[in-house]
Amino acid sequence: MDKIKCECGHINPEGTVLCEACGKPVEGNQHIEGNDNQKLLNMRYDGSARRSQTYNRRIVDKVWTFFSSVKVGIWLIVIALLASGIGTIFPQAMYIPADAPNRDPAVFYEDYYGIAGKIYYQLGFHEMYSSWWYLIVIALIGISLVICSLDRFIPLRRALKMQKPKRHNTFLTRQRLYSKSENISEEEKQKVVESLKNQRYKIVEEDGHVLAEKGRFSRWGPYVNHIGLIIILLAALLRMTPLLYLDDYVWVREGEEIIIPGTDNEYYIENKKFTLEVYDKDDPRFKDALEKAGEVHKGYTTEVKISKVKEDAVVGAADELEVVKTDKLMMNHPVKFDGYTLYQSGYQENEFKTMYFDVVKANDENQEVIDSIEVDLRNPEETYELADGLRVQMEQFYPDYALEDGQPITKTKYPRNPAFVFSVFPPESDEGELSFLGIGQNIDPTGENEYQLVMNKMPETLYVSGITVRRDYTIPLFIIGAAIFMIGVTQGMYWQHRRIWLNPNKGNLLMAAHTNKNWFGIKKDLEKAIEGTSITMVEDQQEIDK
Amino acid sequence: MSNLMSTSITTFYVISIVLYLIATLFFGATVRDKNVESKAKKRNYGKIGITFTIIGLVTHIVYFILRWIASGHAPVSNMFEFVTFLGMSIVFAFIILYFIYKLDILGLFALPIALMILAYASMFPTDISPLVPSLQSPWLYIHVTTVSLAQGILAISFVAGLIYLIATIDQTVRNKKTIWLEIIMFSIFLVFGFVIASSTFSLTNYEVEFEYIENIQGQEQVLVAEYHMPPIAGVQKEKMPEVLTEGRMDPLFSTPSWMQGADSGRKFNSVIWSFVVGGALYLVARLILRKRVSAWIQPFLRNVNTDLVDEVTYRAVAIGFPVFTLGGLIFASIWAQIAWDRFWGWDPKEVWALITWFFYAAYLHLRLSRGWHGEKSAWLAVIGFVIIMFNIIVVNLVLAGLHSYA
Ligand code: HEM
Repeated sequence: MDKIKCECGHINPEGTVLCEACGKPVEGNQHIEGNDNQKLLNMRYDGSARRSQTYNRRIVDKVWTFFSSVKVGIWLIVIALLASGIGTIFPQAMYIPADAPNRDPAVFYEDYYGIAGKIYYQLGFHEMYSSWWYLIVIALIGISLVICSLDRFIPLRRALKMQKPKRHNTFLTRQRLYSKSENISEEEKQKVVESLKNQRYKIVEEDGHVLAEKGRFSRWGPYVNHIGLIIILLAALLRMTPLLYLDDYVWVREGEEIIIPGTDNEYYIENKKFTLEVYDKDDPRFKDALEKAGEVHKGYTTEVKISKVKEDAVVGAADELEVVKTDKLMMNHPVKFDGYTLYQSGYQENEFKTMYFDVVKANDENQEVIDSIEVDLRNPEETYELADGLRVQMEQFYPDYALEDGQPITKTKYPRNPAFVFSVFPPESDEGELSFLGIGQNIDPTGENEYQLVMNKMPETLYVSGITVRRDYTIPLFIIGAAIFMIGVTQGMYWQHRRIWLNPNKGNLLMAAHTNKNWFGIKKDLEKAIEGTSITMVEDQQEIDK
Repeated sequence: MSNLMSTSITTFYVISIVLYLIATLFFGATVRDKNVESKAKKRNYGKIGITFTIIGLVTHIVYFILRWIASGHAPVSNMFEFVTFLGMSIVFAFIILYFIYKLDILGLFALPIALMILAYASMFPTDISPLVPSLQSPWLYIHVTTVSLAQGILAISFVAGLIYLIATIDQTVRNKKTIWLEIIMFSIFLVFGFVIASSTFSLTNYEVEFEYIENIQGQEQVLVAEYHMPPIAGVQKEKMPEVLTEGRMDPLFSTPSWMQGADSGRKFNSVIWSFVVGGALYLVARLILRKRVSAWIQPFLRNVNTDLVDEVTYRAVAIGFPVFTLGGLIFASIWAQIAWDRFWGWDPKEVWALITWFFYAAYLHLRLSRGWHGEKSAWLAVIGFVIIMFNIIVVNLVLAGLHSYA
């Protein structure tokens, strides 16, 4: 390695732009930071030797140099930004409305948005955020972050450690804030130092040369926040593994107790009761709004009981359960147990619980009720013994009735559209009269029935509660990443690294200052520091590049 | 809500708006350079201006608290309340940056922008609305207020950028820069157009109602749209609107069906009226001034320290970016995790928060390099604000998502 020895005696690593100790520009390296044609020195990394700017021979060097460029980083961010924006032009596949006539993406986009929608779909923009190239852009941002940070952090830290209060003349004159004062007494200088101390600057003095510095730690802000971002990206990566992330969904009927999916058959959930609350139309606070909006839901609550299978249960025997938890599950109030979290996510109201039928004489105009039966749809009985020696027998039960090729079938086992074939046996008769009953249907196939079943009372419905089951071990990682990111940005944005140099030089006092941001602030510090002395205020030598 | 309560709430709101207007006038006085001798006088104008601003903010906060008490939840739960809060945040952010930099000119631009935001808020129904289940969480308030505060701070960056551009862009030529700057000026006229149109029609108590059918979660419901301006654009014809009010003009055409936000017909109609009235105003202004509006303002900004303004542009982003990250991404995720069981769901509104964040991250990185200070930086600050406004206007008007709670 070609070390560079500066005239101040300090030995700098290869590729150094400004001597780490005295800041003298290293001849032949000025193009690296673009200092050659500029009045001011580029102080962003204190002229330290960055790997990316030093080696460029091997392919590794080239890759390193590519990813460590902020320009590349910005381009990646801009690409991610544009892609994200494109993804919101039409709804993503998962947000295709539930009531769309055809929810198949291949049809939906063209149907709704015409040719633009078709192109959108064919380019795969309907699943933008899980597309391979979106993920690659994000991954490249991650790689760029790591390399970029390493490339700068290590040399910058070294340079800031090595810096000496005595600086080379050129270094001082080429700072943005600079002044030269003549005939400054030692007292005056000390007065400035005192004042800077009072402004909480750390002072280092060497042979009358002064360096006042504060807020150096803020220089690490970007590196800290990038670490936070990397942790978040890693967490997102880990979340793709089923080991650390489980996501399932379960529908539980009121009164039903079933296995919670994804828990290795270890846990059961019982929906004891589901309640849907709506806002009171007469609530004086919301009256106006409710008149316009109609019914507004106030809350969904499932009273749940979570049970665990006892471990020493005999294999093959029915599960023996012990209760883990009973709680009220609500939106914004998830229920947690043993690493799993349950969320109230949806509900359905289209199932029947109990139906009521009255038995009347078919030709009775007053429809005088002889007796009634009550059918529990989850556990229907087969025969019902009634008054007057009447007997009703359930011949067929279709919980979710439909006609297929003219034949009655049941679509599911859930009582969403129950239909029955009943036989009514008159007293002391062996011959039943058949009738078919369903929602809105009451058919007497022969037209000769003496007795009739009628539905006089509304059936009772039940709610089915939709519950998301989650186990996410990556969340702590996201939290840590986000916290580190916040610490990093705060540190970098709300504090600044300010340095002020006072160097005596041939009877004059040279004063220069640098800060990584908030020049207005450091100027105020300086004004305060030189108050009551004859030191010249620094001049702002910056010319804004337009 | 009792009438007394509702009247006193409105009163505080109106007072704060009047105070902001007065403050704007005083900040305006600081740039008039008729008598050059009175620098001290100008400084006094600035002090009076900031005093009025602070009193205005205090009454605004009183309004906020009263509305909170009346509704029982923090009033940031529908679009009217949210946008009003944004206006308040801009004033608050302005006050902070004013005390750091003591720049009077900032007030002359920041307060009118805040007032325009408040005017935009009045486009939404002002009723206190009940909270649907997903909004019943303290994280809603924490998230919304923090985001809004961040947007307020970032808006100051826009204000400073705009001042920089008006002050420095060469107005003797006609090129892309002057045209774009003029487009920004024109959009300010649009907001004025909206304010004038809506207040004129509301003074005459204009109202026309349409009944229409809206498909809400698979169920057809009959809703009523209340127009307070003559319907140039009616409700989407797909929704089969029917006029309920007699003797009003028929809509000239109907709102395009791709505008899917709540109540988009009425909002689209307001946009059209803003163009009609704002466009007319702009034409009149051009005829009177005989030059671009930005060229007319430029001489007033002759004495502005543009380097300092440039620094404010950047500093506001430096201050606002962490706040935005916290409110727009972190608190948002916490709330989403609790309410919808996923902390991130690529909902359009979420994506647009991410885009805003990416944009300002890119801005901060660009500021690290040479050549991106001054004018370019000012343009970026303007674009950033356009993205924020897009988020509030277009995402709500056109894209319907979980967040479209208006
Ligand atoms: C979305 C992703 C990113 C975010 C949110 C982010 C955030 C930040 C922030 C807030 C700063 C501080 C800026 C300042 O102090 O003015 C910063 C600095 C920096 N970032 Fe990033 N960054 C991201 C991606 C990247 C990438 C991909 C690169 C690599 C090229 C990169 C390289 C840098 C560098 C070199 C600095 C300057 C450090 C310094 O000058 O002290 N960043 N970043």
